[in-house]
Amino acid sequence: MDLFEYQAKQLFQKYGVPTGLGEVATTPEEARAAAERIGGVTVVKAQVKTGGRGKAGGVKVAKTPDEAAELAGQILGMDIKGHTVHRVLVDPGAQIEQEYYVSFLLDRANRTFLAMASYEGGMEIEQLAVERPEALARVPVDALAGVDLAKAQEIAAAAKFPPEVADQVADVLVKLWQAFVGADATLVEVNPLARLADGSIKALDGKVTLDENANFRQPDNASFVDVESTDPLEQRAKEKHLNYVKLDGSVGIIGNGAGLVMSTLDVVAYAGEKYGGAKPANFLDIGGGASAEVMANGLEIILSDPAVKSVFVNVFGGITACDAVANGIVSAFSLLESRGDTVNKPLVVRLDGNNAELGRQILTDAALPGVQQVDTMDDAADRAAELAGAAA
Amino acid sequence: MAILLDENSKVIVQGMTGSEGTKHTTRMLASGTNIVGGVNPRKAGEKVDFDGRSVPVFGTVREAMDATGADVTVVFVPPKFTKDAVIEAIDAAIPLCVIITEGIPIHDSAAFWAHAQGKQTRIIGPNCPGLISPGKSNAGIIPADIAQPGRIGLVSKSGTLTYQMMYELRDIGFSTAIGIGGDPIIGTTHIDALEAFEADPDTAAIVMIGEIGGDAEERAADYIKAHVTKPVVGYVAGFTAPEGKTMGHAGAIVSGSSGTAQAKKEALEAAGVKVGKTPSETARLMRELLAAPA
Repeated sequence: MDLFEYQAKQLFQKYGVPTGLGEVATTPEEARAAAERIGGVTVVKAQVKTGGRGKAGGVKVAKTPDEAAELAGQILGMDIKGHTVHRVLVDPGAQIEQEYYVSFLLDRANRTFLAMASYEGGMEIEQLAVERPEALARVPVDALAGVDLAKAQEIAAAAKFPPEVADQVADVLVKLWQAFVGADATLVEVNPLARLADGSIKALDGKVTLDENANFRQPDNASFVDVESTDPLEQRAKEKHLNYVKLDGSVGIIGNGAGLVMSTLDVVAYAGEKYGGAKPANFLDIGGGASAEVMANGLEIILSDPAVKSVFVNVFGGITACDAVANGIVSAFSLLESRGDTVNKPLVVRLDGNNAELGRQILTDAALPGVQQVDTMDDAADRAAELAGAAA
Repeated sequence: MAILLDENSKVIVQGMTGSEGTKHTTRMLASGTNIVGGVNPRKAGEKVDFDGRSVPVFGTVREAMDATGADVTVVFVPPKFTKDAVIEAIDAAIPLCVIITEGIPIHDSAAFWAHAQGKQTRIIGPNCPGLISPGKSNAGIIPADIAQPGRIGLVSKSGTLTYQMMYELRDIGFSTAIGIGGDPIIGTTHIDALEAFEADPDTAAIVMIGEIGGDAEERAADYIKAHVTKPVVGYVAGFTAPEGKTMGHAGAIVSGSSGTAQAKKEALEAAGVKVGKTPSETARLMRELLAAPA
């Protein structure tokens, strides 16, 4: 889960990382009032969870509160790479002397954490890594030892910070590491970390990604969920504890197990090439269990998606036998009926694995409206794509 | 023979008395696994009955090992407590620790992985289905009756794709199938499994299943090129996954141009691995390979 810049800065503040805490505004009037309270020059910054805000015109300097209001009016509602701007951060203006880069992140390949730091900040870090890799220090951090002052000094030295700022940067690194661990983050990035005209060092922008697996010990995480920019179907699925991702095709997908569902999406997309480019409409993993209620909840979400023209239920009976899954589908239909929903789109079901014959017989006997069975995953994907293509 | 787990393995279960632990201990016992104990400090000294088989509960992994000679532990404890359970297993120096638990915070996985460095314990998982050597032993949640014993070795990030592939090739059978898990930090990797299968005289060919995210498949491809003489077929899931969205597994995410299925497929093919477009095609490739004269 990514945080907005203002949330990232609140986190930095909590751990003592120096940052200019501005104010969040959702209207031009709020932006004007914020600029008045802050005083002097302010920066009005679009709050969206994507890079390249500056280039898109989402970051502007305001000399007066009136100008801050005017700029906020332009920026609010703006679309930046598919993200709508719902709020702006009004930050105090800063006299920047120099920009640096620091971050801590998960290093999957080495199964540990990594510090990255550069004396040359400001530009996109991906660009820096490609164009001037020698200017970006990468220092592995042991998960148990963490970052103490000595380690922070090692990172600052590796990034060639000059002596006059090295101690200040090391101090920021220690606190940033505490934020990284304390918030269960997988990324904390400060870009730029700026040296200002008064000699102080400040985090002028921040990016933080939190680990949702740690929600049980991070009570603040619930408040970071960004409901207004979440797809409404994804939001409803989340409330029902379903693992659902909305995609842009027309074949609704239900399967069990993340790998099998990912594979199902691919197989449907290949099959769809023959049928006018029919593509999967979603990712939905109902897990190993595949109970009737979960099946019903999943079907309900998928059938309520107007883009869906056909549904492909792809279940491999492993831990749960196929007869139980078939009974789950039958109960799901009656459960949906009792909720007043009718299943009005064709359903292709493929059951394979443990007790597949039994499961198929149950579905045959139940003769559910619109349900057809196909024995193999590839053929079933083909049929589902064909049905979606025909309905398009 | 098989890798990492065979008929001589003595298995204990951490979290045996919880609902998942109970369910799967019953299944493991039914498939012939030699389960010699469970671990739960609050129920030490008790015995638990699984369909007529009485299994003792110990207070710690160390006590269980001392009393039974256990050399494998399967961990079902909830995410909140997994880190401590795994560190306990590592400190007891148990040779193999299989972590089934899903949803462990990444800082906890990083901590127990760091703790395991230089110690004797091999970790499989977390967030994995475990491993099975059909007809010999089953440590985890892979259904035992999908496939018979045979000469294919399988390593996969995904549980259900493991089951699917075992089912497709059930008549040929498997020496060992290992689900290594879909988390960003895992213990045993594709490379570790490839190395073990290469050394196992009873494994004739290897199926490797990967998915989007990270660069484990690319590194495995390099390893295959340099060190694996046995035939390998591959499958990669997630060609149609959009960038920046987590597809079920915490580790299954395409970030920027890295971690894509296409890049993984190309790397594997460059290493001489035949990569199937679908699980069924992958199974077909394996059949052709085993049928071809050597």
